[in-house]
Amino acid sequence: MTRFDLAIIGAGPAGMAAAATAAEVGMSVCVLDEQPRAGGQIYRDVERAAGLRGDILGKDYTQGAPLVAGLRQAVITHVGGAVVWAIEPGFRISYTCDGAAAQIEAARVLLATGALERPMPLPGWTLPGVMTAGAGQILLKQSGVLARRAVLVGSGPLLYLIAVQMVRAGTPPLALVETQRRADLIRSAQHLGGALRGWRYLLKGLGLLAEIARARVPRHTGATEIEVEGEGRAEAVSFESRGKHHRIACETVYLHHGVVPNTQAARSLGVSHKWNAAQACFVPVLDEWGQSDVPGVCIAGDGAGIGGARVAEIAGRLAALKLAEEAGRLSASDRDDRATPLHAALSVERAARPFLDVAYPPYAGAIAPTDTTVICRCEEVTAGDIRSYAGIGCLGPNQTKAFGRAGMGPCQGRYCGLTVTALLAEANGQSPDETGYYRIRPPLKPITLGELASMDGPEKDAAG
Amino acid sequence: MKPAFLELSPDAHRVPVRFAGETLMLPEGANLAAALLAAGVTVLRHTPVSGAPRAPFCMMGACFDCLLEVEGVVRQACMIEVTEGLEIARPHEGPCDDTL
Repeated sequence: MTRFDLAIIGAGPAGMAAAATAAEVGMSVCVLDEQPRAGGQIYRDVERAAGLRGDILGKDYTQGAPLVAGLRQAVITHVGGAVVWAIEPGFRISYTCDGAAAQIEAARVLLATGALERPMPLPGWTLPGVMTAGAGQILLKQSGVLARRAVLVGSGPLLYLIAVQMVRAGTPPLALVETQRRADLIRSAQHLGGALRGWRYLLKGLGLLAEIARARVPRHTGATEIEVEGEGRAEAVSFESRGKHHRIACETVYLHHGVVPNTQAARSLGVSHKWNAAQACFVPVLDEWGQSDVPGVCIAGDGAGIGGARVAEIAGRLAALKLAEEAGRLSASDRDDRATPLHAALSVERAARPFLDVAYPPYAGAIAPTDTTVICRCEEVTAGDIRSYAGIGCLGPNQTKAFGRAGMGPCQGRYCGLTVTALLAEANGQSPDETGYYRIRPPLKPITLGELASMDGPEKDAAG
Repeated sequence: MKPAFLELSPDAHRVPVRFAGETLMLPEGANLAAALLAAGVTVLRHTPVSGAPRAPFCMMGACFDCLLEVEGVVRQACMIEVTEGLEIARPHEGPCDDTL
């Protein structure tokens, strides 16, 4: 089994930047990533797509290409198409690649597993034709595939970005159905002063809104009672806005109300997590370097708390410096010298976040869905089911598995975990921290017996 | 009416794959889930719980809604690239060989 100084899980901006920084100081690095080509979701397939459709996707996308190129050095082993399914103390990392299981060992681990779309359970969200806005972007970035008749539903800057990219590609969305209210914008004003240090983000946002207005894409704000209608597939979005009922016929619905840290791998290692009220999600407990309470495990990027691609890149470098110092590759003073400008840059890149979090909060109707709404897509458990479990004494998410299989399907709770915690917390009058989250165990992704059987055993390795 | 999704580069090199008994010409090397959507496929599978139709949702390997039986193994369509001659069935709807 090959042993590395550092294993990095995820080849997005945090993972790629960390790999380059660790390589600079001579560490051997293995980057395991599920996608065939590096970039993460934000820079998905950037080396292929930048030339083909960089004009549609914009400069913030194409700037990911140098990070991908940075992985091509002798001390970095980048394994694409590697689905990590177990990380054991010590560390031994098991993954599947090309239909066979394999393992590596590493002295230290950096988790750069990024974000997931915040689950947005509303009536009809399981219908074919309903996707996350992130999925819509991935279709465009990687495949050049665009929805002809789409409605964008939810809140947040990503919704504006994909709307503009669709306009540039010649298939503007039929409408934006936005859930943030005037009151949110007014409340967010108190953070505007601080956000001015992150003026680049605010300017970009204003530019996007201007492009949407020029393309005459209708915007409905303060939307409530949102439903996707259709027999066997999405056919329309209906909602209330400004006291009026609306119904927009469409074929595709892109949902988005923020992204949340993908905590599966960190939780499987026993890293402590705490509820972050401002971002309405669980985040791992970390120090300023991204060091977790499990020795040897650092976390960087959106998996450590949502900050976006630039924050992820800087945090990846900081975590790598910390891990290099621990490994004896850097003195503490060298580490601090290199880190000082990075810490300063981080604070600027994070400045706009409190403003955005307040201006574009999650859609209340999807945080507390109606009783008949499916919240666990895999096992088709409804919000009413979860409330009824609470009514007969269910206190925590792990118990809901025994009551009705919520979280036990193939997605392992990725798209219902936060909803189950929120529903139980509300029903039981507890905080999210008191309510807790699903216990996550390996395998982190399904693995077939055939894949497992094809793995080289340790004895074989030792003999060979 | 035109399919729900359009391709920006429809002139890509295409190869035949079998999907649910039909032959589809999909761009070689393309993401399978994206290629099926662009080919006008709207339903990838039906759920084992209620039989409800499902299609790609997250496109990043997290939601498992795009499960298909590819060469006899149930896998996520969004994590597979198109290669010539792929044999694809809707899960639990393909031919079942009980003699194995």
